[in-house]
Amino acid sequence: MTSPAPTDSVPPQLSAGPRPAPGPAADEGLARRLRALACTAPLHDLDARKANLAGEYSVYGMAEVALSAIDLVTLNMDFDTGADHEQIVARLIPRISAQTPHRPTAEHERVARWVLENLINVGSVDRGFRAVYGTFAPDGSYVRRDYDFKLIEEVPGPGGTVYLRTTDEAVNVLVGALDTDVTSAQIAAEVKLEVLINRGRLADAQLAAEQARYRTVQYSETLRRALEATRRNVRAVDWLNAVPDMIAEALDHVADRYRHENAILTNIRKARDETEDAENKRRAAELVDIVKDCIRRHTQLQSRLLEAGPLFRAEQDRQAFATPMTTSGTDLYGHLLAPLLPLPLEQASRVTGAFFARGAGLRTPVSVRVGDLVDILLTPPVEREHLGAEMPEPDLIATPDDSRFSEEQLAAAMELLDLPADAPRRLSGLLAEARRSDPDLPYLVALLAVHAASPAVGTAYRQGEEKLLFAVDDGTELDDPEFGGADLIVGTALLDAVGMAADRTEAA
Amino acid sequence: MSEYVEAEASAGAAPAAVTPADAADAARLVAFGLQPKLQPARDQEYTELLRRYREDPAFARLADAVAAGLGLVVLEVSPRAGMAVTAAEDSVFAVRMGDYARRTSADGGDRFLHGLAHLAVAALAFPRPEDLADDGYIGRITVNGVDAFVRQACRRLEERAEELGENTDPATDAPGLEAAWRIWARRSATGATKDARRLAGSTTGIIGKAVAFLTDSGFLQRTGDDQGGTYRTTARYQLQVRDMAGGAAMAELLELGVVPVTDGTATLMPAEHTEDLDLVADAGLPFHS
Repeated sequence: MTSPAPTDSVPPQLSAGPRPAPGPAADEGLARRLRALACTAPLHDLDARKANLAGEYSVYGMAEVALSAIDLVTLNMDFDTGADHEQIVARLIPRISAQTPHRPTAEHERVARWVLENLINVGSVDRGFRAVYGTFAPDGSYVRRDYDFKLIEEVPGPGGTVYLRTTDEAVNVLVGALDTDVTSAQIAAEVKLEVLINRGRLADAQLAAEQARYRTVQYSETLRRALEATRRNVRAVDWLNAVPDMIAEALDHVADRYRHENAILTNIRKARDETEDAENKRRAAELVDIVKDCIRRHTQLQSRLLEAGPLFRAEQDRQAFATPMTTSGTDLYGHLLAPLLPLPLEQASRVTGAFFARGAGLRTPVSVRVGDLVDILLTPPVEREHLGAEMPEPDLIATPDDSRFSEEQLAAAMELLDLPADAPRRLSGLLAEARRSDPDLPYLVALLAVHAASPAVGTAYRQGEEKLLFAVDDGTELDDPEFGGADLIVGTALLDAVGMAADRTEAA
Repeated sequence: MSEYVEAEASAGAAPAAVTPADAADAARLVAFGLQPKLQPARDQEYTELLRRYREDPAFARLADAVAAGLGLVVLEVSPRAGMAVTAAEDSVFAVRMGDYARRTSADGGDRFLHGLAHLAVAALAFPRPEDLADDGYIGRITVNGVDAFVRQACRRLEERAEELGENTDPATDAPGLEAAWRIWARRSATGATKDARRLAGSTTGIIGKAVAFLTDSGFLQRTGDDQGGTYRTTARYQLQVRDMAGGAAMAELLELGVVPVTDGTATLMPAEHTEDLDLVADAGLPFHS
């Protein structure tokens, strides 16, 4: 018979036919991975586009430079400021010049700037990147979506300067732990570090320590944002539960990490002092620095956390305990701004448009009179005062030249002391030669030679000198009618100016 | 216009006839009001006309009529604010968004950002309803502060969307449907430029433009250079926001059906939408106490 029985009815999900694709739940993971993948695209893009640059740039590993730029910015980010643009460029150059040592420094700098500008994406109005990906909506339709992200963003610093900060996306790409919980990842990294140190595997330990530091920076960043919001607007933040919980959690975290890192520090110091291998000693020393830096960052975080409570109370006093007033009833934030932000652009734009139209005030329209126009057009442009006010002529008084030696004498002495690097000479011989040309000259030569006994190595290193005058006492007595003392050996040492320059940039 | 003025005057109870000199004085007062940066206390004639407006009802009506005829709305006439007038909607004195910022006519996102900057400046200048109502209140803002405040609001929306598992990435072919907060969030806050000026398209650049414009309108006074520029509000700005802009924007929002209508007049009750912004009962919020 045809009477429909309930047991006969086909389950609806089967009658609907095969779904076109897995539902949104399964799609979400895919969307997440697609977004994570998109974050790496700008790096690949650099290598793909380097061929289009004017000049031969394909030898450079652009992705490598980009990743190291993100590293540098992350490590230079502090609580209040970010990293300085010029500083990042300067620190990138050693790596770039290592890729092509024979190319000029100007080109290396150009590459550094190109990479950094592309990471900021200077050309776009948002200074960010956009990737398009597709997902299935709950009704099974396919929707293309825009994913907007930034890798390095520019933030205002004190005094109107612009600093760089890496975004969460960039840190996640860099650390390679996509979409993980900050706290747990940190603990994992530190446990790993401790184990590695106990086993003496310092190479791996260094990697883990660096990861721990990235995590620390990221954690500070999260907290900084929350505290900043509190300072700005008490009522915008949940001071009953969320913030006190967060602060308590963060303080626990700091105390915990502090203990932990001090223990690690003791361990590494021991490893550093006990190990025989020079390479391991160096690694351990680097580790000490990294962990010290972690501790410094934690201490900074802690002092911020302790300030948070008083700050809240002061703001609350100001805002809540003021004498109650009659009110207009319009709460600009609560009634207007907050409800407006989640709206679609098109609707929100109508509200802001209405606010602007009534809120911008008035402008008296400019009306042009032809008579004025003629005057304006015929007036010669005003000379701009580029140079400022005229300087008064300085009244100079000639000071008497009371130098012991003249410029010519100095030149003669320097010429005498300009010795070939492979042929040092005795002071006695130099003095005799000087005496032949000028009876005063030996005094100057002796003075310069005595100075050279303690050469200014530090200055020469900093200024990138190519050679340096030095004098050594080998115990021989000086036999001279005018001078006594040691008959110094005076010579010239050649310095490795290029190597020193590289060292300097490395150390800076 | 003069017939209108006379009709007004004769319809009123005041027996004194309006002389051309009175009309000139009334127009002069309105002209003072059209110079928003002029301080009443700095100009003796202005002060004298303001006194006359307050003491002589016939003169006050005359001045109001002159203003109305010019397409101006009188907000307040007082020694502190002067003759506070503003442009009616289709007046020649009105400011249009297209004249204000060039790109806005082409780009809906930019039009929104400029409008939001103005709203955010007002919201931070008068953070509580009482501040807007208290005539003695002077708000203080900084350019960077406004940006940080809007970004914070955007971030909370982003976090909330994440908690709900929503995908807020907009559909590619429907830019008008993108959530408004995302437009602000994805625009960069600042940027290095070749001539060390503020990047015009960045959010701090947009706010900087807004506060410079408001300063020209006599609504803000610049007090320093810290934090991208610090400003304090004037009495006129409070009047403008309270009596004109706030209401107009609210009306628009109500028309969109966003804010639930409680009883017509705005009260201190929080709108429903403030509840899910993680506000707490005892968070020091005036309307919860």
